[in-house]
Amino acid sequence: MSVLVYINSSTGIHKSANEAVTYAKKLGGSVTVITNGGCDAATLASLGKYGADKVLVDRSVNSNDDQQLTRMIATAADSVGATTVVFSHDLTAKAVAPRLSVRMKAGLISGAIDLPSGDGTTKVNVFSGKAFGAVKVNTSKKIISLLPNSIQPEATGSDCAVEDFNGNAGSTNVKVITTKKPEGEIPLPEAELVVSAGRGLKGPENWGIVEDLAKALGAATACSRPVADIGWRPHHEHVGQTGVAIRPNLYIAAGISGAIQHLAGVNGSKVIVVINTDPEAPFFKAADYGVVGDAFEVLPRLTEAVKKFKG
Amino acid sequence: MKILVCISKAPDTTSKIAFTEGNTKFDENGVQYIVNPYDEWYALVRALEIKEAQGGNVTIITVGTAADEAVIRKALAIGADDAVRIDADPKDAYYTAVQIAEYAKNNQFDLVLTGKETINYNGSQVGGMIAEALDAPFISVATKLDVNGSTMTLEREIAGGIEVVETGLPAVVSCAKGMAEQRIPNMRGIMAARTKPLQVVAPVSVEDMTSFVSYTMPNAKSACKMIDPSNMDELVELLHNEAKVI
Ligand SMILES: Cc1cc2nc3c(=O)[nH]c(=O)nc-3n(C[C@H](O)[C@H](O)[C@H](O)COP(=O)(O)OP(=O)(O)OC[C@H]3O[C@@H](n4cnc5c(N)ncnc54)[C@H](O)[C@@H]3O)c2cc1C
Repeated sequence: MSVLVYINSSTGIHKSANEAVTYAKKLGGSVTVITNGGCDAATLASLGKYGADKVLVDRSVNSNDDQQLTRMIATAADSVGATTVVFSHDLTAKAVAPRLSVRMKAGLISGAIDLPSGDGTTKVNVFSGKAFGAVKVNTSKKIISLLPNSIQPEATGSDCAVEDFNGNAGSTNVKVITTKKPEGEIPLPEAELVVSAGRGLKGPENWGIVEDLAKALGAATACSRPVADIGWRPHHEHVGQTGVAIRPNLYIAAGISGAIQHLAGVNGSKVIVVINTDPEAPFFKAADYGVVGDAFEVLPRLTEAVKKFKG
Repeated sequence: MKILVCISKAPDTTSKIAFTEGNTKFDENGVQYIVNPYDEWYALVRALEIKEAQGGNVTIITVGTAADEAVIRKALAIGADDAVRIDADPKDAYYTAVQIAEYAKNNQFDLVLTGKETINYNGSQVGGMIAEALDAPFISVATKLDVNGSTMTLEREIAGGIEVVETGLPAVVSCAKGMAEQRIPNMRGIMAARTKPLQVVAPVSVEDMTSFVSYTMPNAKSACKMIDPSNMDELVELLHNEAKVI
């Protein structure tokens, strides 16, 4: 069997890329990575440690144009005879994997959280994390888009070969005018640790104590929907059923009541800590550790404790 | 400007999620269906705003059975001009996308809008699949959309940031938060929706590429361990030694 993994290397190699390659390796058979853009060869070669046999890179494709990427990946899949294509279920995968599915006539499994089981089905998140589904693919080829933070990357090998590749990507129909990059933030869907806050924080001027804790932990920040709606925090921090669904190792929620729509997006977290003044807040039912207390006192205290622990 | 907005039904966000028939089917007992929030709040409302600013027509389309017409009427009440129901009970995104692409191709739409995902299957699949079937550009997870003549300017989320792009029409766009504000239908809209045209179209024949075989529920959480708010050292200790997450 031959497995192809698409990696978005435009901002370097992230943990989610190492996860996707580890996943492909565990599917069995040879693993080829296809990527594009300007990432240097030494960085790309490191994917060999996680199980890639080689990395193909099309230096001529420098955009997020889904039509170009689809053509490039399909060309690579043909050239290595891949029967399975693996993506990390990020924004690029959400644009490209469905197109590729139609082009390759390959059934698409979105949001996989595990390796295929013995009966050939693959477990995915459904109902915004409130349940799991077992999906079967009816076509001979398949595409699996793996949710970040679902499996641990395993570095067992060594650097692999990196080869230039012509993916016949064609021209683009999408002109990029500008890109805006937030400074020094950890992308929320990939973050292992997340500190989140809600309306209990009373106003945007109070987010310093949330950011301080996030900084001490090396965590990303998130928020509840009303907080994003009233503009206290940017929209991309909104987690929940109608925001981003995340599954970090640790989710700390301060001043969030734990409405069902909020829980839907975060209940895949391995450990949940809830800080709330109201002992009856519904969030405590979904929490592993609870602190009944005022976030304005508890958060700075927790930050100090984390700093002390980290030395 | 002819705009086609793809509408999916979704269980109301407070629905109890349960399964029947040996965990192979979603239990619809007592479930209220709503228009998938991304389709309604962002795709449909933005389509209406574009129409209001520069004229045109907004058609909503769903692949569903007669039972789904209640959801279609809800979307019409918000202001779409007419509706199309492809008469089928879709089992996968590919089947759904092929039906919509076929209709869009035959009826020459300038713009096809979808929500960024449904809140029940969370696949983010249908929009991209329609775009490929139409060989049109696809702007996914767009948070802003302006039409200027025969081109569009959009903002969309990309890995680690936001990209402002320009593309021609026809195109497919999946819509996310930021693009528009939710509209609550008024009485006049609800009355008007009853008599707006709803065309029922026979599906084209196509095989599903994937199937959901069964469902499971996550394990229930064990009881929450309460920590004294004055003792955050204990919490850190537990997160390190017991939970092993820091
Ligand atoms: C269709 C639909 C979709 C939705 N999607 C989402 C979604 O995706 N994500 C989402 O988050 N919500 C969503 N919601 C909204 C959701 O129902 C809740 O209204 C929302 O999550 C509440 O946000 P909150 O917890 O920040 O605010 P509140 O419910 O107002 O809770 C504030 C909490 O802070 C506590 N508090 C107050 N002061 C302090 C203090 N000093 N220290 C500590 N705690 C304090 C209070 O006890 C309370 O529990 C959706 C709703 C609908 C209808």
